This record gives sequence, C-alpha cells and structure tokens, in this order.
Amino acid sequence: MSTDAQNRVEIETVGLRAYFGNVRALHGVSLEMPRHQLTALIGPSGCGKSTFIRCLNRLHEEIPGARAEGRVLLEGQDIYRPGSDPVIIRRRIGMVFQRPNPFPAMSIYENVASGLLLAGVRSRSVLDPIVERSLRQAALWDEVKDQLRKPGTRLSGGQQQRLCIARALAIDPPVLLMDEPTSALDPISTARIEELLVELKKAVTVVMVTHNMQQAARISDRTAFFLMGEMVESGPTDVVFTNPRDQKTEQYITGRFG
Amino acid sequence: MKTSRAFDLWRKAKSRVAISLLLLGCGLAVLPLFAILLHLVREGASSIDWNFFTQVQKPVGELGGGMAHAIVGTIAQVGLASLVGIPLGLACGIYLSEYGGRERLAGPVRFALELLASTPSILVGVFIYGAIVVPMKKFSLFSGSLALMLILLPLVARTSEELLRLIPQHLREAGLALGLPRWKVILSVVVRSAWPGVWAAILLGIARIAGETAPLVLTSFGNPSFARGLDQPSASLPLQIYTYSISPFEEWHRMAWAGALVLVLTVLILNAITRLTGGSNEHRRAE
Repeated sequence: MSTDAQNRVEIETVGLRAYFGNVRALHGVSLEMPRHQLTALIGPSGCGKSTFIRCLNRLHEEIPGARAEGRVLLEGQDIYRPGSDPVIIRRRIGMVFQRPNPFPAMSIYENVASGLLLAGVRSRSVLDPIVERSLRQAALWDEVKDQLRKPGTRLSGGQQQRLCIARALAIDPPVLLMDEPTSALDPISTARIEELLVELKKAVTVVMVTHNMQQAARISDRTAFFLMGEMVESGPTDVVFTNPRDQKTEQYITGRFG
Repeated sequence: MKTSRAFDLWRKAKSRVAISLLLLGCGLAVLPLFAILLHLVREGASSIDWNFFTQVQKPVGELGGGMAHAIVGTIAQVGLASLVGIPLGLACGIYLSEYGGRERLAGPVRFALELLASTPSILVGVFIYGAIVVPMKKFSLFSGSLALMLILLPLVARTSEELLRLIPQHLREAGLALGLPRWKVILSVVVRSAWPGVWAAILLGIARIAGETAPLVLTSFGNPSFARGLDQPSASLPLQIYTYSISPFEEWHRMAWAGALVLVLTVLILNAITRLTGGSNEHRRAE
C-alpha cells in the first residue's frame, strides 16, 4: 500500500531544539510525520513530547521566555523561517488539547465556527455547511443538531472534546495535533474518539501525544519514543512495539519504567 | 467510639448555637441598610414630586424648587467620567492581565493603580483643584468629571485585571491554535468570557462615583442652577444634598431628604442591575 501520495511527508522536524528560558527541553529532534498517517508520541512525563507537539504550530513560543530553534517543515516549507507568521501557520495546523476547552461564552455553533467567525466570516450560508460538516467529522452532529444554540460548556466532557475536534477541523487544516486528547475522558468517550481518529486520518495528518500505550498500539501508524528531551527511536508502530531497536524503548513499552 | 446519644445531642446543640450566631451577625450587618432606607422613605418620599425633578434651587423665602440641576449635573459628571474612565481602565486591566507577564512596565503600572485606588477621595479633589481649578481660575463641571474619572479608572483597571486573570490559560491557547491573532483572542475569547464579571465591576464603579461628594467640593463646587457649560461650576446630587441639609430652612431639609432617597435608590438600582445582568455566570463556572 505504498503509493507516492501515502508516503509523502506532511510535516517534518530537523534538529528541533526547544527552550524554557535557559533550560533546554528538546535536544535536537528530527522526525518525519507522513501524510494521512497517525503518528503517536510516547514517553514518560516531562520527556518533551508535549513541548515537541507545541513547537509544530509555534504555540510553544507563546509561553513567556520560551523559544524554539531548528527547522519544522510543513509541506517542505520551514515554519520558523524569518518572516513566517505564526498566525497564518496555525490556520493550517489544528490542535486539540488535553482538557476539553470550548469557549465558555459561545454556543455549540459559535464554538465550531469560531475560527471563521472571529476571522470575519459572518455569512450563515457559508458557515452552516461548515459547522455541519465539522460536527459530522467529529461524530457529534447527531447528538447536538437540535441544540446548536446551547452553550458548548453544557455538553459532557467527551462531547466537549469532540466539539473541540470539530472546532479544529472547521478551518480545514491538513494537520491535526492532539495533546493527550483522551486522558481526561472516560473509557467510552475515549473509544469514540479513537474510532473518530481512525476515520479522520484518511483526510488529515494526525500527530498525537499519548500516555496510553495501548492507545498508541491500537490506532497509530507510526510511533516515536521520547525520553528526557531526546527522541530515542521512531518507526512503524508494529515494529516499535514488537521489535524495538533501543533497549530503553523496550523497557518503557513493557512497563519497566516511566 | 464516642457516639452516645448524649454526645450527639451536645454536638447538634453546638451546631445550632454557632449557626444562630452567624445569623445574628448577618442580621446586624443588614439592619442599618433597612434602617437607612426606612428613614429616607419616611422623610423624603413625600417631597418627591414633579417639581423635584424639573425645578432648580429657589431663592430663600420662595416656596418650592427642586433638584433638576443636581440630577443633570450628576449625570453629566458621572457620564463624562465613565466615558473616559471605563475605556482607559479596561485598557489598563487588559494590558496588565494579558501582557503583564512579559513587560517590565507592568509592575510600576500596577503599583501606581493600587496607590491611586487607595488615595482618599478628598485628596483626588485637592489634586484636581491644584492642577486644573487654580490654573483655570474657576470651578468647573469638567474638573469635577476629571476627579471622578481618577477614582473610577483604578477601580475598573484593578477589578478587570483580576477577572481576566481568572480565565484559564488553555482558553487563550485554544484561540491562538485556531490561527487567531492575539488581540482577537483577547477581545473575543478572554474578555468575552470574563464579561459578566467585568460588566458588574463597571456598574459598581459607576454606582460608587455617583455617590462621591468629597472630590467635588473643590472641583465642580456646586451651583444653584444648571451649569451653562463644561467650564462652569456644576451642582450634583451629593453636593446639593449637603447644601440643602446644612441650611436652616425646613423647606430645604425636606428637599435634602428627597435627594438622599433618590441617590440611594439610584445606587441600589445600579447594584440590582449588576446582580441581574452579571449574576448569571453559568458560562464561567464550567471553566
């Protein structure tokens, strides 16, 4: 199943280093994330995987004192090159966070449409189909189609997280970053989101941080293992899980540390 | 285990005594409000008539007269102060909350606002007297508005900063991750989420300056009739109440009571609006 389109690299880091003030949190990570595949980032807490994913949409630098060096190529173009505008970059890379974070003062509809609404798109005839499409993609449409005017915060935790996925998808980004998207959810909501991701990656390139090894094994195509700010190894998920090159990877995925 | 019946009764008795004491405390705290209201209604209600709202102060000896000039004066001064003080205060609050972490200017600005907020209001009046009234060589509605504005600004700035800081960081990140520019995230996500509280703070600030007397004594001074311009002395409700109440005339005393009643009702209504409009923080609770 390796045609050219499937093997194309969508987003790639080259020697990525990230800092918090003078502390270096990532020590030169180079990783390719192929198009329309789900890349899982695993590793113990504090290993830098969240920092890594936050460098991919230049959100890391929003923390006072934080910065990143090295290159991040999105479809071959370095998003850290001088003159590159993070606001424009972020419109091509959606993000879903650990805790569901719908905007509190907005309805379900406004939440999904927020990326467009706040960029000045007001026309209902443009927004309505996008809202429906995004909610369907996030497998939430049937549950909320009759209550689009209700506040987004009225939904359950799992629904809120799918609402956040719909919000990210509404601006139609080719890449979706997910920072432990199910760690605050119950097993049933988690299963729904996993199903959803398997479906989504047919159209979107997904990069996901997870603490849940089974989750990585179940739904990811490729896995990268991080430890203390370094990427220890990466490769197809079945290889990393069954036949890891590095002893530390094996120890981690078999639960001997971390 | 010490769970005898006697012990349970003793424990419940203590609980009742404690709750009664708390209730008593609340009652004592609220009592003065009702006493004041009752007294004002009894003394003032009968003097509130059409003339009260349409007439100005009459010369001594003439019957009648009203507080129209004072009501208009208060509306003008509070309005002018709000027009400038609220946007400036909000700007300060937003700056301190959203950029205060990275900017070196934030510390001194915050400190200055705190000092300004704790300055006794008569001193604000004295300052404006020296800075504006003396050089202009006249008391004026403008200088009174300026004094009220200086009281309103730090109130709005400090409370709005506090309220904006309560909005969790991950909401800002959610907005930025959507590719929205920072100013848009601040206005449409952060300020909008905090708005019920900020709105309440603004209304409470307006209620506060509507009742201020001290800063006006040396600035807008008072006027028995309408101010004919921003550079003219102006009446205001609190000042006019003072003028009427220290006079020796029975007629004026009645007017002072009526004015006090109107002022207190206005402030109460503002507070009630705050409760009704800002009270529904269903949005904010869910974080």
